Order: sequence, then structure tokens, then C-alpha cells
Amino acid sequence: MASVSVIKPKARLSNSNILFLIAAVIFVLMYIFALISYPASFMQFQTFFDLFNLNAPLIIMTLGLCIVMIGGGIDISIGSVCGLITMACAVFLESKSGSIGGAILIALGIGIAFGILQGYLIAYLEIQPFIITLSGLFLAQGLLTTLHKDPINVTMPAFVALRDFDIVINWLGTKNRLGIFIPCEIKPGAIIVVILLVILASLMKWSRFGRNVYAVGGNSHSAMMLGINVKRTIFITYVISGLTAGIAGFVYIMTTGAGNVGNAAGAEMKAIASAIIGGTLLNGGVGNLLGAPIGTLTLLIINELIRAAGVQSNFQAMVSGLLLYFFIVLQSIIMSLRDRRKFSVSLPPWLRLSDKAQKSSQT
Amino acid sequence: MLSETILEMKDICKSFPGVKALDGVGFKLRKGEIHALMGENGAGKSTLIKVITGVYEKDAGLITLQGEPIHFKAPEEAQNKGIGTVYQEIMLCPNLTVAENMFIGRSHNPVVNWKQMNEKAAKLLDSLGIPASPTQELSSCSLAVQQMIAIARAVDMDCKILILDEPTSSLDEDEVHKLFVLMRELKERGVGIIFITHFLEQVYEISDMITVLRNGKLVGEYETASLSQFELISKMLGNELEDISKLKKYEPIVSDSITPVFEARGLSSAAGVRPFNFTIQKGEVNGFAGLLGSGRSESARAIFAADKVTGGEVSMKGKRVKIKTPLHAIKQGIGYLPEDRKDDGIIADLSVRDNIILTLQVLKGFFKPFSLKQAQVFAEEYIKKLNIKTPTPNTPIKSLSGGNQQKVILARWLLTHPEYLILDEPTRGIDVGTKVEIQKLVINLAASGMSLTFISSEIDEMLRTCSRLIVMKDREIVAELKGTELTENDVMNVIAQGGKTRCVN
Repeated sequence: MASVSVIKPKARLSNSNILFLIAAVIFVLMYIFALISYPASFMQFQTFFDLFNLNAPLIIMTLGLCIVMIGGGIDISIGSVCGLITMACAVFLESKSGSIGGAILIALGIGIAFGILQGYLIAYLEIQPFIITLSGLFLAQGLLTTLHKDPINVTMPAFVALRDFDIVINWLGTKNRLGIFIPCEIKPGAIIVVILLVILASLMKWSRFGRNVYAVGGNSHSAMMLGINVKRTIFITYVISGLTAGIAGFVYIMTTGAGNVGNAAGAEMKAIASAIIGGTLLNGGVGNLLGAPIGTLTLLIINELIRAAGVQSNFQAMVSGLLLYFFIVLQSIIMSLRDRRKFSVSLPPWLRLSDKAQKSSQT
Repeated sequence: MLSETILEMKDICKSFPGVKALDGVGFKLRKGEIHALMGENGAGKSTLIKVITGVYEKDAGLITLQGEPIHFKAPEEAQNKGIGTVYQEIMLCPNLTVAENMFIGRSHNPVVNWKQMNEKAAKLLDSLGIPASPTQELSSCSLAVQQMIAIARAVDMDCKILILDEPTSSLDEDEVHKLFVLMRELKERGVGIIFITHFLEQVYEISDMITVLRNGKLVGEYETASLSQFELISKMLGNELEDISKLKKYEPIVSDSITPVFEARGLSSAAGVRPFNFTIQKGEVNGFAGLLGSGRSESARAIFAADKVTGGEVSMKGKRVKIKTPLHAIKQGIGYLPEDRKDDGIIADLSVRDNIILTLQVLKGFFKPFSLKQAQVFAEEYIKKLNIKTPTPNTPIKSLSGGNQQKVILARWLLTHPEYLILDEPTRGIDVGTKVEIQKLVINLAASGMSLTFISSEIDEMLRTCSRLIVMKDREIVAELKGTELTENDVMNVIAQGGKTRCVN
């Protein structure tokens, strides 16, 4: 193998990897910036863990959405489906027959049902994913308000115990002003994020299905000609996205313990932004699942920083919007610079000579 | 010579709305045979291939593979039965690695073994001499290499039948030679190869048998050795054949004293053409000759401002004009038929009629639309004039064959009555019959006073139509050739030498 790689031209970094790299570098830079600006809060490990603890549902939804987007689709129903699930679980848990196992089944069931319905319409009837999932968004919203309008606090003892359950890391933590050691706490939701991340990232990298998703997103007609079952592949991506929305819904209520009409409202837009910051292109075929949590965390840190800087709340949204523009422009600048370099390699010899001459004259 | 039959097709019929694409076609492929499938565009070659590979379902008929009736519903089924296909347009995924493109869609193992896959791919690439790394992203390979990778994929599938649908159109001579070596080796192994191409010399170089289709019907099956090129062409064209060489060359009456219709001084563009001077007189046909990448298309695009113009000045009939965008050029009466019909020419989902009136509508303004009746009149007029084969003017242009699509674009420009029309490779990838028609049309248009620039890779076509050839090399004009006694060899020599000497016969 070694000899082969010597002879062959050096493989350049793939677009998926370079975008992931950009996302990772931006995340690290943002975090360092946050550490320098606000060491008091960001120096604490708990702050880092809380990013996961409090935002686990968003990261989970972003994971599923990334798979759909790599396959060339979009799913904007996930936020509403997630919200619907929190309410359904809350209503069920407060009823006489409520149980945690049943709530999990309801959460996964609703998520998968939406995934199957939307996946079928998009993959097999070939309807625009935007329209279908927009309808899904409305449907889920309508179901949510029909189900229950007022906030429900779940009071079932077993569930409250689960809600308050923390994994305490005794050797890691900080001392507060009074000198009392406070150990770090990790919510089960954060653990679910890590498990799902490992499973789904492996699925995309090492499974036949995962590679088929990339192929379909890259060029669905070619993928069909190469013998890939395009429709089934697209269908499954939406089922996965529905499933992750279901898991996200349960994790959401497990964190907050309440069903509310406003739960996870607008989460789909945050998830899309996170996926894009994390290096998944809207055109499909390019992306890396490890970028999903990085994208989400970058978005969150931006918001944290703006809040910590004491910016007025209505300016916060504007600033995060402008920053999103900035990142996306940065991504496309880097991508086009890359292409230009590729172009310069294939330039005719006379241009290449002048290139060299320029360089030598500069040095 | 005639060995065991592996694929047999009988009475295949296939209709699309308004067109009978295949009508009772039969086809036979034997073991270890290279079988050329010939016919004009729209003769039904591609449809036949797509019926074999399960992209289309046949309406009637019987296909047997080694005596066993088959009926594929999807390309993957054909693939599993040992039918490998390489299409003219590269059917690979640009965002995957080279190795993945060679193996995806073939394994039933739910887990991807990257190490094993890369090793297998490296071996295969090495054995076929393809300069690519297995872990490279496909989009970073040249088109020719991508085509070779598609072939490598088909070769590796232990296929009994290999279908090559115009695989050579994006390859240079050296690469074509490599492909032929590969094809002969496969033939030795007993693979039956169906070969489709527009290059007659390639057919005679490599094939054993030729099957000719015309208008969706079978003309016949012939041994290559006993069918002369002239006979082949006449079978492909049927009665429409007119000996191309009889095409009369048009001699324009050009005097240098009158102001040229179009004149460019020091024109250069962002696509990398060096500043050049260029003039064209009324009723003149000239051509940019040169190899692919010599700057012949780039110069034409610079004139039309299809690429960003970076310098120079242009004038129409002696008056200086500003042409910074294609719209400026169109308004000045310049038309440009682009090289890439698919991306720059047709609007695939619009009807033939809408495609024809498009540019005229742009000139008139979008808020003053043509009535349907008026549009219909325009469309019908040009469909008749240019002999465009379409079921109705309302048919989407994407369902027409390449040659007819080209005629629609030509009609679009003729409708605007341009003073100067640039045709960039108007005859590429279209059948011999339409080629002759387009050349004749060029000559007739010039006779009616239009100025034209005709660009083609086929020098004999340019010699037949152009009175002046501008030879380009390395994005620069190296010579200007005039005279009636020019031969293909003269032009080749100038291109090869690329000297600065201006040879004028």
C-alpha cells in the first residue's frame, strides 16, 4: 500500500473534511475567545457540560437533519414534531396509565410516524421536501394545540426522579465563593447525545447505507445508474430524522419536565443554521456528522457571548444573524479559493511560468 | 467467427408520447464480439441501450440473456446479471472518492471496508494505468480520468456484456487508444461489447459487427469488414444521403475596403484569451481552428461577452460599441450558439416553441409578451424551415434528440435576424445528416448577407464552409489561412508548427 500511495498523486482533502475542519477551527477559536473574555463563567467545566445538558435536544435534531441534508433534502418539521412529542408525553405521563416506558414509546412512535409519512411522500411520490415538511410542521403544530393548550408540569414521581437525575463527577468541579466544592453534573441527555453521535457518525462513514446517502446527495441520477436504490435511501433518511426528532422530544421533556405549546418552537431553524455552520452544505452530498454538535455549540456560544456582553435582546438576534452571514460567506470563500487553486494547476504552461516569475520577483 | 449468442433482442417496441422510439428492433450480441450500434441521433440507439439496462421498460418484445428471458426494472438488476454500462455523460458521484465510485452499489455487505476497498481499487487502477488515487475525491479528477474510472468499474464487475455509449467523446487520441487496448483484452476474455460512437474511423478500427438503426427501425446487421464506409453512411441516412463532398463551397464577394460588420481590437477575457484583433465582413464565413483548449471557444465567448471581457474595444459597422454582457451583444445583432448545448443552450423543461422565441422575447421585453398565436406562427415557421423533428411545438425540448435540440437553438438565433452569428461546435455530437444540413444552412445564410463564425473540431467541415481560417494555439492567434486550395493537412501543419509566420496561399 505504501508504495502505491507514493506513486499516485497525493489525494487532497475532501470537501466534507475541509468544511468540517473549518467548523472545528471556528468552534475552538470562539471558545478560546469566550474563555479570554469571560473567564469567570467559561473557565468552569460545568459551563461546557451545560451546553450539552441544556441543548441536547437541539444537537440530536441537528444530527438527524444533517443526514437528510447530506442526502440532498431538508426537514423543517423537526422542531414542531419535537414540541408535539413533549406535549404528548406530558399528557400521557399525567394520565392514570402513564409510565416512562410508554412515554418513550410514544415519543419514538410519533417521530417515526412523521418520518415514514414524509419520507414516503418525498421519496416515492417525489414531492418537494420543503413543501412536505412544511405541511408536517403545520400538522404537528395543530396537533400540539389540539392536544393541550396550557402548560403541563409532569408530577409523576418516577418521572420527576428521572428529570432530576444527574451523573455527578466527583473529581471534577469548581469551588464556589464560599469555598465549597461543587462537582460537575452531567444530564442523561448529554450521554444520549454522545451515544447517538457515535452511532450515526459511524453509520454515515462505515455503512453501505451511509455512503449511499452521500452518493444520492452528490448526484441522485448517477447514484441510480450506479445501482443504488435511491428512493429507499431517501426514505430512510427521513425516517431517521423523524426518529431523532422523537428522541429529541423525549430528552426535551426529560430536561424541562413540562409540556408547553412553545416547546422547541423554531428549533428547526436553529438546527438548519447549526448544520450549515457545522459544514453540511444545503445542496447535499457534503457534510460530516461530527460537525453537527460543533455547529450547534458554535451557535450557542455566539448567543452566550452576545448575552454576556450585555447586548440588548433585540440586537442579539441581529448580531447572531450577521455572524451567520459571516460564517457562510467565509465557507464559500474558502471553497472557491480551493477551486481556484485546482484551476491554477490545470493552467497552460505559459501562465504557470508567469506565476513562478511573480513568486520569484516577490521573494 | 460467429460464436455463441449471449444477448438476443427480438421485436422490441418502445413508445414515448408522440414518438415511436423503437419499432420491432432485433439485436444479437455474441461472446467475445465488439458490436457497433450505429444510427443517426434519434435513431433509437440510446433507447435500445436503456431498454437493455432496465432504465426504460419495453412495451413489447423479448430479451434473452444466454437463452434466459430477462426483464429488468432497474439498472441494479442488469448490473447484477453482468451487464455493465458506461454512459457518455459520466454517471458517477463527484463527491465520493475514486474507490467508492468503483464499488458503491455493488456490495451487499452492510458495512464498508475502506481498507480493502482502497486496496482493490488501487490494484485495478494500476492494472489499467489510470492516473488516479483511490482516496481522491472524484471531482478532483479530469473528465477523461473520470470516464476511465467508470469503465474500470464496469470492467471489474466481471461483466459478460459491456455497453459503451459514446465513451470516447471526452477522450483524447491517446486515451482512446488505451481504451481500445482495454476493449481488445476484454474481448479476449469473452466479453461481448456493445459500442456506440459518432466516429466512423473508431468503428472500423475496433468493431467486428455493425448493427444499423434508422428512425427506430432495424436496418440490418453487417460484418464490419464487408461494409464500406460509404455503404454504412448510406444505411444510416437512408435516402436522405447526399454525398457530403458534393456540398458546394460558397465564395463570398469580400472586399477589404468596406467597413467590417464586426471588428475587435485587443480583445481579451477573464477566461485567459490573449488580446487579439479580429474582423469579419458582411457575408463572410470564417472559422477559429485549433485544438481543444487552444482558445477558439474562449475567443468566441469574448466577442459575445459570455466570459468577462477584460480589455480591448469592439465596433459594429465602424461604430464603437460597448459589449460587456451577452445582452449588449444580442442588442448589437450578435448571436452565439454555445458549445455546451445542455448547460448554455436549451431550457430543458420549456417547450420547443418557448425555446425558439426566447431570445426574441428578451429583445422585445418581458412585459410585452408574444401572443400564443404569434409564438406558434414563429415556431412553426422555423420548425419547417430547419426541418426540426418534434411531435408538436409544444413538446418539451428535453425529449428531442441532440441534433434537433441544436436546430431549435439555431432557430432561436435566426428568429432575431442577427447580423453576425457565432456557431461554436454546432455539429458536435449530432448525426451526419444534421451535420450536412447545418453546413448547408451556414452557406445559405452567408449568401443572404449574414456574417458567420463557424467553429468546429472537424477541420474538413470548416474548410467546406469558411473562406478564412484563424488558427489558434495556446490562447493566441498564430496564423490566418485563406484560399480555396487549402487542405486539411495544411491546417494541421500550421497548428502543429504554431509558428508566427502568416501563411497565406
